[in-house]
Amino acid sequence: MTWIPPLLVAIPLLSAAATAGLDHITPRPIQDALVIGAATATTALAFVLLWHAESHEVVEWFGGWRPHHGVALGIDFAVGPLAAGMCAVIGLVVTLALLYSLTFLREAARLFDALMLVALGAMCGFAMSGDLFNLFVWLELMGVAAFALTGFQVERLGPVQGAVNFAITNSLGGYLFAIGIALIYARTGALNLAQIGTSLSHGPAGGLVIVAMTLLLCGFLIKGAVVPFHLWAADAYAVAPAPVCAVLGGVMTDIGLIGVARLYWSVFAVPFGHGHGVGDVLLWLGIATAVLAGTMAFLQRHLKRMLAYSVVCHIGIMLAGIGLLDSAGLAGAELMFLAHALLTAGLFFVAGILHVDHALIDELHLRGRGRGSWVLAAAWFAGTVGLVGTPYVGIYLGHGLIDEGARPWVLAPLWLGSALAGAALLRAGARIFLGWGDAEEELLGRAIEEDPVERDVLRPLLVGVALVAVVLGVAISIVPGLGQRAEYAAERFRDTSGYAAAVLHGRAVTPPASLPVSIRHTSLESILFATGTTIFALGLALAGLYRSRLPRGISRAASRTLAPPIRVLHALHSGVVGDYVTWVAVGTAVTGGIWALLLHG
Amino acid sequence: MSFLPYVVAAWICLVGIAGMATSRNLIHLAVCLTVTQSSSYVLLLSVGYVKHGKAPIFVGTKVGSTAADPVVQALTLTDVVVSVAVIALILALALDAHRLSGSVDPDGIADISG
Repeated sequence: MTWIPPLLVAIPLLSAAATAGLDHITPRPIQDALVIGAATATTALAFVLLWHAESHEVVEWFGGWRPHHGVALGIDFAVGPLAAGMCAVIGLVVTLALLYSLTFLREAARLFDALMLVALGAMCGFAMSGDLFNLFVWLELMGVAAFALTGFQVERLGPVQGAVNFAITNSLGGYLFAIGIALIYARTGALNLAQIGTSLSHGPAGGLVIVAMTLLLCGFLIKGAVVPFHLWAADAYAVAPAPVCAVLGGVMTDIGLIGVARLYWSVFAVPFGHGHGVGDVLLWLGIATAVLAGTMAFLQRHLKRMLAYSVVCHIGIMLAGIGLLDSAGLAGAELMFLAHALLTAGLFFVAGILHVDHALIDELHLRGRGRGSWVLAAAWFAGTVGLVGTPYVGIYLGHGLIDEGARPWVLAPLWLGSALAGAALLRAGARIFLGWGDAEEELLGRAIEEDPVERDVLRPLLVGVALVAVVLGVAISIVPGLGQRAEYAAERFRDTSGYAAAVLHGRAVTPPASLPVSIRHTSLESILFATGTTIFALGLALAGLYRSRLPRGISRAASRTLAPPIRVLHALHSGVVGDYVTWVAVGTAVTGGIWALLLHG
Repeated sequence: MSFLPYVVAAWICLVGIAGMATSRNLIHLAVCLTVTQSSSYVLLLSVGYVKHGKAPIFVGTKVGSTAADPVVQALTLTDVVVSVAVIALILALALDAHRLSGSVDPDGIADISG
């Protein structure tokens, strides 16, 4: 089955070339069939690959350049169940987004479809790559496609700003990553991840390896929009067309975290003695991301910007799961990725439909306009509840697995972030679909210019796609056997020596003892936390809706104490790219400094 | 072993970042990004440099003769290709920014914030 991994990249990239090249010759229906067919075929093959990857590591050496006596000569794709699962979800979300954009971006040239397929191929390549430099190439390829997709509607200034900020910060991240590659190559003379890991496992890791790790991981954290590297995300998502947001927010941001996990367990786990120095920093970054982005989500009135911060918030929770460095945490991050990708895509789709219906995307402007759209309301609230993590809904199972390895002081801020982001979405839903709440709220800042209106859309198709995404996302936590399989996939992913043996010596991995097909249960603590979070999010949403009706003393005290920090938060997210570059430089330096203190000597 | 190439690489990288952070012009910003990236070329080439080594072309050379590392040269070339795509895109966006707002100042196009 080693022929599948290259196809996951080749099919989308070749179809993208065909779509772009044949743009003026073939009629629209054939083009559409080609695009949707390519995305569907990629998704289907990814599921087949997942099936095979469960029993053995699928390793493909390009051009047959296999390792010689355990020394890698060529470039490989090495696919375990986790990477294959990622490809399947990426394929699914991109297919849904392409279906959605069949009628959504009619005026846009077909280059749009080509760019989406390039992004799909690059993301699959990234998830499967076993070579450090190829990771960089896939990272940049998906980056370039995403920058162009973000700035697709260049008739207004907003998309230009979003695309510039996105392109500059992410390219800077990519170049820091390239410098890290050069340092690692200088030390080990290898580019294959398994080879680098084997080579570094012999001696103690010195300062050079710490610097290289900082540059490599920070490169991925910038892609993953982790605090303090997250500033570009909201600018880019607020201006991109809804189907692009679904792909960027649903899968492309999260993929940076897969890179972090892949690098850590294949390369840096052994040199740093599996100690908690690396993981603790990731954990703290995750906690900071979850809380700060949750708060920022609550302070937004532009629906897509609110969703962008909600994405960043959940990325923080996933990063914390990875930072715990145990199987449950990684499996939790993986399950959260599944549910979060589908739910986020679904909510972006709903936001896009609201914009089609009312030519508005601002929560306050849309107040009460969604009354009567029961299907949309159901999709929005179901997606929101799934993102809060109410027991056994949506991201709950993933969050519950992360809880298992975490100490209570870690759990509380993670659930708090989830509650804040969820409260923002609940508040927006109640305001739009139920007409609840005040018509004005000065703490949310000023309105942002609206997107251009899409005409002649096939509305049932849009609604159908949104519903599929939300329903699949909500159901993730109760799919029988999924939790156990995620844990097995995480164990395989964390097995550094097993990975190296499979890649360099072609040795078989231990296949799983028959995994049970039942719903994975979580601890009582998680159920209590999740229930508390749901209630807290509801309360917070109501407080956000009816701040003016709180007793006057409380209301005034609240605005007096909250307004200054809120102003500071808004000012920090300045939208100016120079500030973002400064944050990247400072964040990388501080992260590296902390690692140097914790790991050296 | 000389430390000079490494110091030069670090210097180029930091100068580029400082330029990006303080830039008031998108085209200048794009050039600063290229400057930062150039540091990785210097680093890669100095990593692969072998004293008295020849260019890594092995037709007609004796087995065992020293040559510079061909891998880093391939990496540098790929790096250049990648950066061309990125820079082209950023310059195109700078043109759009100028068309829409008459300015290429990143502060001037900061329409959305918070």
